[in-house]
Amino acid sequence: MSAHGKPYVREVSRYAWFFRSPRYLRYMVREVTCVFIALHALILLVALRRLSEGREAWESFLHNLTGPAGVVLQLVILAFAVYHSTSWFNVTPKAMPVQIGEKFLPGAVIIGAHYAGWFVASIAVLFLAGAF
Amino acid sequence: MSERTVELEVLRFNPETDSEPRFQRYSVPCMNEWVVLDALNHVKEIMDPTLSYRWSCHMAVCGSCGMMINGEPKLACKAFLREYEGVIRVEPLAHFPIQRDLVTVIDDFVTKLKRVKPYLIPKAVQPVEAGEFRQSPAELKRYKQYTLCINCMLCYAACPEYGLVPKFIGPAAISLAHRYNEDSRDGGREERQQEIASNEGVWECSFVGACSEVCPEHVDPAGALQQVKIKSTVDWYQEHLMPWNKK
Repeated sequence: MSAHGKPYVREVSRYAWFFRSPRYLRYMVREVTCVFIALHALILLVALRRLSEGREAWESFLHNLTGPAGVVLQLVILAFAVYHSTSWFNVTPKAMPVQIGEKFLPGAVIIGAHYAGWFVASIAVLFLAGAF
Repeated sequence: MSERTVELEVLRFNPETDSEPRFQRYSVPCMNEWVVLDALNHVKEIMDPTLSYRWSCHMAVCGSCGMMINGEPKLACKAFLREYEGVIRVEPLAHFPIQRDLVTVIDDFVTKLKRVKPYLIPKAVQPVEAGEFRQSPAELKRYKQYTLCINCMLCYAACPEYGLVPKFIGPAAISLAHRYNEDSRDGGREERQQEIASNEGVWECSFVGACSEVCPEHVDPAGALQQVKIKSTVDWYQEHLMPWNKK
């Protein structure tokens, strides 16, 4: 290589690379929305702590959570959590293809199974929470 | 056949005289059914014989003419001019050093490809008289799509991970390792795992999925890499939780 001169190396920006293509940006949104899942876990942890502190603490926590700011926060978290989860469901056929004989199960079936699992788990949680 | 003038903006770099690349504009009279490669060939034959680029088959089989066309990794022989409006910007494949003009240094990919042993390693040596290694259509189907890889390296140009962490073995090489691991006649998985299940292997992949989106042969490298991750994780659990299973 050196006989023909030194090759030119194009530097890749470490901080702005994801603006180079819409598909990189889409990937970053999928990854960054996990922060909202963590935020929800944090709210659950705070709930446990307030519960352990007695009735008064718990009721004031519930009051805050059902106030306008609490509801807006939870709706925002829900929206991002749904986006995060569905964006992962939609790529599952790549990671877990199912071959039956000479054919592969259509991706929609694998994605659908994940949605079905999600639905069943949600019903189970609602049932345990006494919603029915 | 209708004709139109296409404005090509081509990245030029001469390692003997230039300290950095620059764009050069060509107004090329083109037929409507031409691809970008035809326009480049016209430039080289008629307008500027100093322009350097790689090509061979002109039918999306050899994998030589990969380049960035308006920022997208494409085979120049498969990029139809009628699909572009305005100036078409042609650059060498991203993430590879530029040797000259549109020609890149591909040694890194070739070295990585060798490391993953992309060939059949039989489970046991067998004399020719023992007959052929038979395979059912279902066993063939299991890995067939990965055999369509033409080593064009578009997936490396699309992979942001490879751009940021050049030691990453990358989409095509790992997919080809997976192709042989999934072959019922092969017994070389353990040798390949040392390369592809390492930090420089699949664990460097964060599943952006761009590799599969740009592949001109519709191979799914992103899928292959996630499958290797799952299988390597199962290996780890088997080794640590079920040591009695160890061979």
